[in-house]
Amino acid sequence: MNALQAIWFLLIGVLLAVYAILDGFDLGVGFWHLFTKKDEHRRAFLNAIGPVWDGNEVWLLTGGGAIFAAFPHVYATVFSGLYLALMLVLFALIFRAVSIEFRSKSPSTRWRNTWDRAFSIGSALPALLFGVAVGNILRGLPLDSTKNFSGTFFDLLNPYALLFGLLGFAMFITHGALYLVLKTENELALRAKRWAQNVWGIYLGLFVLASIVTIITQPQLLDNYFSVPVLWIFPIFAIVMILAIRVFNGKDKAGRAFLASSLAIVGLCATAAAGLFPNLVPALNNLQWSLTVVNASSSTLTLTVMLILALLGMPIVIGYTIWIYRTFRGKVKMETDLHY
Amino acid sequence: MDPVLLARIQFALTIGFHFIFPPLTIGLSWLIVWIMAKHKKTGDEFYRRMAHFWVKLFALSFAVGVATGITMEFQFGTNWAEYSRFVGDIFGAPLAAEGILAFFLESSFLAVLLLGWNRVSVRVHRFAAWMVAVGSTLSAFWIIVANSWQQTPAGYHIVNGRAELTNFAAAVFNPSTIPRYLHTVDAALITGAFFMAGISAWYLLKKRHISFVKESLRIGLIVGLIASVVQLGLGHLHAVQVAFTQPEKLAAIEGIFETQKRAPALIFGIPSKDEETVHAAIRLPGMLSLLAFGNLDAEVKGLKDYPKDEWPPLTLTFYPFHLMVALGIYFIALTAYGMYLLWKKKLFENRLFLKLALWSIPLPFIVNELGWISAEVGRQPWIVYHLLKTKDAVSITVPAGQILFSIIMFVLIYSLLFAAWLFLLRREINKGPDEARPASGKEALA
Repeated sequence: MNALQAIWFLLIGVLLAVYAILDGFDLGVGFWHLFTKKDEHRRAFLNAIGPVWDGNEVWLLTGGGAIFAAFPHVYATVFSGLYLALMLVLFALIFRAVSIEFRSKSPSTRWRNTWDRAFSIGSALPALLFGVAVGNILRGLPLDSTKNFSGTFFDLLNPYALLFGLLGFAMFITHGALYLVLKTENELALRAKRWAQNVWGIYLGLFVLASIVTIITQPQLLDNYFSVPVLWIFPIFAIVMILAIRVFNGKDKAGRAFLASSLAIVGLCATAAAGLFPNLVPALNNLQWSLTVVNASSSTLTLTVMLILALLGMPIVIGYTIWIYRTFRGKVKMETDLHY
Repeated sequence: MDPVLLARIQFALTIGFHFIFPPLTIGLSWLIVWIMAKHKKTGDEFYRRMAHFWVKLFALSFAVGVATGITMEFQFGTNWAEYSRFVGDIFGAPLAAEGILAFFLESSFLAVLLLGWNRVSVRVHRFAAWMVAVGSTLSAFWIIVANSWQQTPAGYHIVNGRAELTNFAAAVFNPSTIPRYLHTVDAALITGAFFMAGISAWYLLKKRHISFVKESLRIGLIVGLIASVVQLGLGHLHAVQVAFTQPEKLAAIEGIFETQKRAPALIFGIPSKDEETVHAAIRLPGMLSLLAFGNLDAEVKGLKDYPKDEWPPLTLTFYPFHLMVALGIYFIALTAYGMYLLWKKKLFENRLFLKLALWSIPLPFIVNELGWISAEVGRQPWIVYHLLKTKDAVSITVPAGQILFSIIMFVLIYSLLFAAWLFLLRREINKGPDEARPASGKEALA
C-alpha cells in the first residue's frame, strides 16, 4: 500500500460523508414533505432546500467520479453488482430533481400533489437504500476471482443490511427535521422540532442495536479497533453527538442541534470507514478476493493527478459553497421567498 | 435477449435523451450572459426583465439536464463494468474533474442566478450568470475529454490488460478533444440561439410582447448566424481530424469502399454493405481528398482495406452525417435570410420568416443527435478505438432481464419528463415575459 491509496480512501470517505451531511438534510426534508398538507407549508419546505439541493447532490456525483478514478474496480463491481438497487436510487433521484423544479410551476392541485409524492418518495427511497448499501459493504459482498459480484439481488436484502438501511433512514430524517427547525418559522418549526424529538429515539436505538449486532456478527470489522485502540474515539464521538442532538433540540438551540447531527454523521462514517480499512469491498465468501485500496486502485500517476486536481479545486468549491449558504441563510419568509 | 445489445440500447437512450438538454442550456447560458452584459452597458432595466424571462425557461431545461445527467455518472459502472475496469485509470479522472471543476460551479451559482434577483447585487447576479455559463461549458469540456479518449486514445500504455495513464496532458488533449469540443460548444450556441429566435418569432406571429421580443430575436439571429457560419470551419476541422485519426470512420461517413486518390465527396447516396458500393451516388470528384488532406491527389483509405467485421455500421454512420451537414447549411441560409430582412427593416413583419424560425426550433436538437450518432456509431465496433471492443466491455454480472427492466423504466420516466418539460415550457411561454413589473426591488418570483 502506498500513501496515495490511503489518502484516496480517506478523501472518498470525506466526499461521501459531506454528501451524507448536505444531501442528507435534503432527503430528510423530502421525507417530511407529505407530513404537512398545506400548500404553503410544502412550498416553505421546498424553498428551504431550493437554493442548495443541487449543489449538495454534486457531492454524490463527484464521489461517484472519484471512486471511478481512484478505485475503478470498486466502481465497476459495486455498481454492476448492485444493479437493480442502484437503478431504483437513480429513478428516485431523477424524479426528485425535477419535482423540485416543476412542482410549483402550475397551480393545479392534482399537478402539485403528484410531484409532491414523487419528491417525497424520491427522497425517502435513497435515504433508505444508501444505508442498505453501506450495510452490505460492511458485511461484505459475494465476489468471484475476477472481482465481480457473484450474488443475486436478494442477497442484498439480508437482515444486517436492512438494519443499516433503517439506521441510515433514521439518521437522515432526524437530520432533515433539524434542518427544518432551522429554516422555518412558528408552528412549522415547532412541528419539525417535535418530529426530530420523535425519531431521535429510534435513531439512537438503531445505532445501539447496529453496534451490538456488528460486534456479535461481524468481528472482522473490529480488527482495526483492537490493533489501534484510538479509533474507538469515532464511535464514542458519534454517540456523544447523537445524544447532543437531543439536548440542543430540547433547549431550542436549533443551530447547535443541526451541527451535532452533522457531526454525528461524520462520526458514523468514520466509524464504518475505520472498521473497513484497507478493504473497500470485503469479499464475503473468500477474503482473498476482497477489493482493497491496493488491488482496486488506479496507478500512482492517476492518483497523483487526481490529488492535485482535488487540492486545487476543492478549496474553491468549499469557498463558494459557504458563500452561497450564507447568501441564503435565515428562515424562509412566506411573503418573499417562495420561488419553488 | 443479448445483454450487449440491451446495454447499448440503454446507453443510447439515456445519453440521447440527456443530450437534448445540455446543448440548450449551454447555449442559453451564454445568451443570458450577453443580455446581462447589455444591461450593464446600457443601464436599461429592460435587459434585466428580458434576462429574467429567459432564465425561467433555462431553469426548466437545466433541471431535466441535471436529473438525466445523474444516470450518466453511474452508468459506466452499472452496465459497462468491464469497460470501467479497462479504462478506469484514465476515464474516471475527467468525470471527477467535471464534478470538482465544473459541476459544483454551475449547480451552486444556478441558485444565485435563479433566486438572486433581489438577494444579491446586480453585479453579483451578473457574476453568477457568468459562472453558470463557464461551469456548464467546462462541464462539456471534461465530458468531451472522456468521450474523445474513446475515439482517439492517447497518453496511456497497456498493463495487465488495462489501460494505464502515462501522460495526463496527452490523454486530456488527445487528438480529437479540441476539434470535438469546439464543434460541440458551437452546436450548443446554435441550439440556444435558434431556441431564443424561434420563441421570439412565435410572440411576433401572435402579436404579443412585440417590442419586448424584438431584441431577443435580433440577438438569437446574430448569434445563430455567426455560430452557424463558424460551424462550417469547426466541422471541417473535426472532419480533418477524423480523416487522420479514424480513417475507417471517414470511409464509412463518405461511403468510400476502395482506397483511392482524388476521392470524391458525397452529396447523396445509398450505401450498401453487402454490395460494397453506394447506389444513386451524387459525387463531387476529388473533393474529399482536397477537403480532408488539402490535396486533390491525397489517398483516402477505403473500407475494403479493413476487416469487414471491423467496419462501423454504415447506415447509422452515413445518413446522420449527411443529414447533419444539410441541416447545417440550412441554418446558415435561414439566419442569413433573417439578417438580410433585419437589415432591410422587414424582419418583424415577415410572417414566412417568423414561421420558419418557429418551426426550426427543434432542428438544432435533431442535428446534435445526428452528429452524436454518426460520431459514436462510427467508432463501432470499438468502445475504445482499436483497444477494446464494445462486446467485451459490458457488465458480466448483470442479467439481460434486469437491463430490459431498466430500459422500460427509463423509457417511461423519460417520456413523462419530456412531456412535463414541454408542458411547462408552453405554460411559461404562454404566460410570457413580465413587462410591467420592474425586475429589481421587492419582487415576488412565484
